[in-house]
Amino acid sequence: MTLAATDDPKLTSTLLYLDGVSVSFDGYKALRGLSLTLAPGEMRAIIGPNGAGKTTMMDVITGKTRPDEGDVYFEGRHDLTRLDEAEIAELGVGRKFQKPTVFENHTVSDNLLLAAKAPRGVFATLFGGSGAAQNETIERILTTIRLADLRQTRAGGLSHGQKQWLEIGMLLAQDPKLLLVDEPVAGMTDAETAATAELLREISHDHSVVVVEHDMAFVRELGVKVTVLHEGSVLAEGSLDQVSADERVIEVYLGR
Amino acid sequence: MSTPALRLDRAGLIFLALTLGAAALAPVFALLVPRDSAFAMPPYVVALIGKYLCYAILAVALDLVWGYCGILSLGHGAFFALGGYAMGMYLMRQIGARGVYANPILPDFMVFLNWKELPVAWWGFHSFAYASLMVMLVPGLLAFAFGWFAFRSRVTGVYLSIITQALTYALKLAFFRNDFGFGGNNGLTDFKDVLGFSVQSDATRAALFSISALALALAYLVSKAIVSSKYGKALIAVRDSESRVRFLGYRVENYKLFVFVVSAVMAGIAGALYVPQVGIINPSEFDPGNSIEAVIWVAVGGRGTLVGAALGAIAVNFAKTYFTGAFPEYWLFGLGGLFVLVTLFLPKGLLGLLNMRRAARPAAAPPSPAAQEEGVQ
Repeated sequence: MTLAATDDPKLTSTLLYLDGVSVSFDGYKALRGLSLTLAPGEMRAIIGPNGAGKTTMMDVITGKTRPDEGDVYFEGRHDLTRLDEAEIAELGVGRKFQKPTVFENHTVSDNLLLAAKAPRGVFATLFGGSGAAQNETIERILTTIRLADLRQTRAGGLSHGQKQWLEIGMLLAQDPKLLLVDEPVAGMTDAETAATAELLREISHDHSVVVVEHDMAFVRELGVKVTVLHEGSVLAEGSLDQVSADERVIEVYLGR
Repeated sequence: MSTPALRLDRAGLIFLALTLGAAALAPVFALLVPRDSAFAMPPYVVALIGKYLCYAILAVALDLVWGYCGILSLGHGAFFALGGYAMGMYLMRQIGARGVYANPILPDFMVFLNWKELPVAWWGFHSFAYASLMVMLVPGLLAFAFGWFAFRSRVTGVYLSIITQALTYALKLAFFRNDFGFGGNNGLTDFKDVLGFSVQSDATRAALFSISALALALAYLVSKAIVSSKYGKALIAVRDSESRVRFLGYRVENYKLFVFVVSAVMAGIAGALYVPQVGIINPSEFDPGNSIEAVIWVAVGGRGTLVGAALGAIAVNFAKTYFTGAFPEYWLFGLGGLFVLVTLFLPKGLLGLLNMRRAARPAAAPPSPAAQEEGVQ
């Protein structure tokens, strides 16, 4: 199955490939025939009204939800519909949740240590401490996410915005090939929002990124290709100016 | 920044000093100090506190899975009892021809049941080394098999607690049956000696006490090393936000399985030390109520602190000994009330209270009340 799929050149040239993906929960169709491709190194913004299927799409990519039908491939080789969360994470897909979920009882640097790329086996973590290389990475990320002074603070004591940043830092520590970022600026001040856009642009230099966001000003600041989801499938795709001129998009956003 | 070497906090150091001190001094006060001196430790006190120490080991084992990984096992008494039975079987076979029926091979209850041969499960138990191995292997394997299926199927929270409860109840029913081959209702008792020393003698009792205190210190050190490692940090992360850990690429089921097996082995050792000191093991040790009581010890002492768990086990059992003597009919109300009071007013247990009095450094990562719930949707 995996081998046969590599024959398709359209598939092998993509980092992420979704084709005809459908998911339903108790009869409610969260995704209906969603198709989307992401090139290596690309940053993409996904927008859409509530219930458009944005979070379900993330769940399918990260293995939390199994699609009823459709194909999901990573790097043209890995069939994500057959792998579980841990395997997909190990392939190099990192996810930031809508609600910031950091480990509240751990310090900021321990949060990064747990996320940092390193062997994940029981005995590796039981007997191996943190290597020097890992400490260096953690220091670098602490500076990037502007939490260097708070490294020994319990993550539960951080502000909302700082938690969001710590979570982005945890994603960076994982050093994934693809970052899925769910509503990174929800609840942030304008200054924090601008800084986050800056941070994501920085990250996209050497990572592929998918950002789901409601905040149009933020999406404009990112300045990347936009995909509009509606009722579980793609409504429009293009630059933000193109899609916001699309009549169907206007109708969906402003109501009929 | 963090070195692999074990760093103990103040409570840990005090705890080690107390357990090691007790191990060293108990034989002195029990054997060397004259009986009529005020400092003499009468044999019944040695046996009683020795028993509390075994409970404390069980509490530390339970705290390791509940306090640090969020696995609320309501069946840890089963691992304790299995370790106890393995030791009991060794002690039974040591009786030999000194039993009522004077059969050199078969324990009395088998002769009574008219059995002619020793069942396979009893083979090898004349050897102390083999029995010691079984003390660890049987609870460990059961925990492995149980955990393998439960954690792989992602059974968590209250559902897991219920099946651990069912596990210990099923074992209780099985051990009650005479034809199961472990003494049925009466269990195993009338022990004579262990490694050639009489289990009744004061010297043996003092030695068992010291060994139990050393085992408690060791259980603490092993648990502390586990929770201080990076593995332990991941374990706490699993407790607080299981699916987040999974999305980081950790195999959560393996993390849970390892700590569950270690904890079961520890509980088994506690049971093995317990049996020669109380002189009997019977199916009532599998009673679900025992396992729940162990959870109360941990909650009262302070969940997720290790030292607090041991403290809770000793304090609650001390209270139990006193109250069941003074007002036997009210003890269960007292225990229930204690649990409610601690949950409401002392979420960090007795140890939290002590730390609060010292009002200095922040305690090491106590679990928040909502920690058992999944944080991630």
